[in-house]
Amino acid sequence: MNRYLQIVAGLAIVAFTAPALAVLNIFATVPEWGALADELGGDKVKVYVATNALQDPHHVEAKPSLIARARNADLVVATGAELEVGWLPLVLLQAGNPKVQPGKPGYLEATHYVPMLEKPVRLDRAEGDVHPGGNPHIQTDPRNIGRVAIPLSARLAELDPANAAHYQARYKAFVERWDAAVANWEKQAAPLRGLPILVQHKAFTYLEAWLGLKQVAALEPKPGVEPTTAHLSEVLATLQRQPVKMVIRAAYQSDRASQWIAERARINAVVLPFTVGGNDAAKDLYGLYEDTILRLLKGAQ
Amino acid sequence: MSRSAGIAGAFALALLLPTAARAATDADLADIREQIRQMKQSYEARIQALEQRVMDAEAKSAHAPPSTAQASGAPGPEAAPAPAPSAPASGINAFNPAISAVLQGVYANLSHDPKQYAINGFVPSGDIAPAKRGFSIAESELGLSANVDDKIYGNLIFSLSPENTVAVEEAYGVYTALPGGLTPKFGRFLSGIGYLNDQHQHVWDFYDAPLPYQAFLGGQFRSDGLQLKWIAPTDTFLEFGAEIGDGASFPGTDRNRNGIGDVAAYAHAGGDIGASHSWRAGLSYLGLRPQDRQYVQADTAGIDAQLGFSGKSQLAIADFVWKYAPNGNAQDTNFKLQGEYFWRRESGDLTYDRDGALGLTRSSNYASRQSGWYVDGVYQFMPHWRVGARYDRLDAGNVDYGANGGYLATSSFDPQRYSVMLDYTPSEFSRFRVQWQQSRIRPDITDNQLFVQYILTLGAHGAHRY
Repeated sequence: MNRYLQIVAGLAIVAFTAPALAVLNIFATVPEWGALADELGGDKVKVYVATNALQDPHHVEAKPSLIARARNADLVVATGAELEVGWLPLVLLQAGNPKVQPGKPGYLEATHYVPMLEKPVRLDRAEGDVHPGGNPHIQTDPRNIGRVAIPLSARLAELDPANAAHYQARYKAFVERWDAAVANWEKQAAPLRGLPILVQHKAFTYLEAWLGLKQVAALEPKPGVEPTTAHLSEVLATLQRQPVKMVIRAAYQSDRASQWIAERARINAVVLPFTVGGNDAAKDLYGLYEDTILRLLKGAQ
Repeated sequence: MSRSAGIAGAFALALLLPTAARAATDADLADIREQIRQMKQSYEARIQALEQRVMDAEAKSAHAPPSTAQASGAPGPEAAPAPAPSAPASGINAFNPAISAVLQGVYANLSHDPKQYAINGFVPSGDIAPAKRGFSIAESELGLSANVDDKIYGNLIFSLSPENTVAVEEAYGVYTALPGGLTPKFGRFLSGIGYLNDQHQHVWDFYDAPLPYQAFLGGQFRSDGLQLKWIAPTDTFLEFGAEIGDGASFPGTDRNRNGIGDVAAYAHAGGDIGASHSWRAGLSYLGLRPQDRQYVQADTAGIDAQLGFSGKSQLAIADFVWKYAPNGNAQDTNFKLQGEYFWRRESGDLTYDRDGALGLTRSSNYASRQSGWYVDGVYQFMPHWRVGARYDRLDAGNVDYGANGGYLATSSFDPQRYSVMLDYTPSEFSRFRVQWQQSRIRPDITDNQLFVQYILTLGAHGAHRY
């Protein structure tokens, strides 16, 4: 009897504590934070990315697989600004993991650490899918990746103090390489400054601010509202006065509206990877921005 | 827009300058339009320049780390969060819970009176009839939820019936601070058995509950009690749940006793197959001890007799759901297939009371074994539009009235129903649905039912449940 009790207790201890050892389990809501955690954590972290680049990050379900992964996570890295409002709260409520609840060290929201753009002045669902905290697509500006790297690296060291030196060293190496890469991309993208463009969804606000692109119009009449023919015709009329070279959209978006306008206005329809994994070239964070700029330069010709 | 604005501007100018207007020719008008257009353009440019400056200023003033170019060396202390919105909500309202409301309405066209709605051969399970004929609002919902403190989350959902009654749909606390994947819940809640049971009616893919839910659970099973869920520490989703409660709702009854009225246990597994497929499957058990569960049933002489059942009621459910979305992106097209199988066994005593008074009253043993199932598929063929089809069926099974068998007849009729629906979801917060179904739940009666329904949600952003 005693023996059995010991075995049961032993199994219970293993079951309850085993996953916390070894490496830090990181649950990233979107690919860019997963890639950043990989850069900063190296072999000391195991990263699970909840969504892929071809998924609309606004419309994700609290799938069983997500609950299972959040259950074992030591750190949840989310974008915040209500990008994940439809599923992350539910996943966290069902995961039974107090370490990663909002407010705990195991929960990090990237949008807390970057200056937010497009904070709505009017909060009303009649305005479409508006985010009270501002536009959540901060990853389209690589400088924001650098900004989030600071708290993320600090958080890794806090959760895994034994490897703090490892995280510090990786952070240092990353930030040096990253700053050089950003400077290089800015140089490459210099011809894009002031270039007027169309966007399908208002997903590129930070990219525009970074490279000085000028958004003439969006194909969606309101954020998150499917483009209508009437609205597209209006956009087409706008283009008569303010011609653009290209219309850009994210890899996860349907090509219908972009193609429609591209054919009629004779402009380039450019698909940007939007996040890591958005196309074959965007394998990691570096590839993401390299490819984004290449495609923009090509589209501007 | 700009053209009509230009014309409106021209009219305004014309009103202000009557003499000019009188002399205005087409060429003049065109000239004025051109001037207005130029003015607009120059203002737009200036406003854009100002906006850019404001943006730049905001970017600079935000407390976030200046730029990675300056951040060197070891990661310093965490950067201070961006400043909170200027004026924090003041005092007493600052901690208001998230509020959400669901508004629903339906137009029902039914070939048979919904007041006569009953599933032949199955114990009446309460209010399961469709909406009244014609226009009516359906159940409205009002929900309040918030973290109570650092360890407990609370949720209250009222339902407001079209008959102007208020019911507490759910009212529970969830303890969120237990480690090891354990989540206790307490209060009144929808039981976690099956797949559809703990989903609120407004998120269902069809207007009404499948027949087995109607026959075996009276629509949905909820009880006042405790729930404990455990998620296994595996990469595949494995969830185990156990519940105890008062067991007062169908198939149970209020028992006026201390102790436990119902016991439920279930296990769910789930996961992804590639990026495009996901699934969940489970097994559930629900056991109750109804006491004098009263209902009316016509006896062999055609008289409505009062019956009362006391004994043991056991229900088992097997459920599965499979979803497909190309590359996991459900936005354009997706497909969902779900099905559940129910088995119920009841045994105990049945009291037969012919006139509900002192006349003939007999008590005898009673046993039944019945089952039912449904399967449905819903396909989103383009953004915002879905079609669905459902088939449900009940198996009359075996009902043994014991010594009451001379007064009560058994039936071998298997009720079934075919449904099709089309719905349109203009945004995440509204849905319009048309559903047609042919219901054969009583022998010799075919009820053709048409529902046109709307569902509006407002307030706090709802969750995208699996």
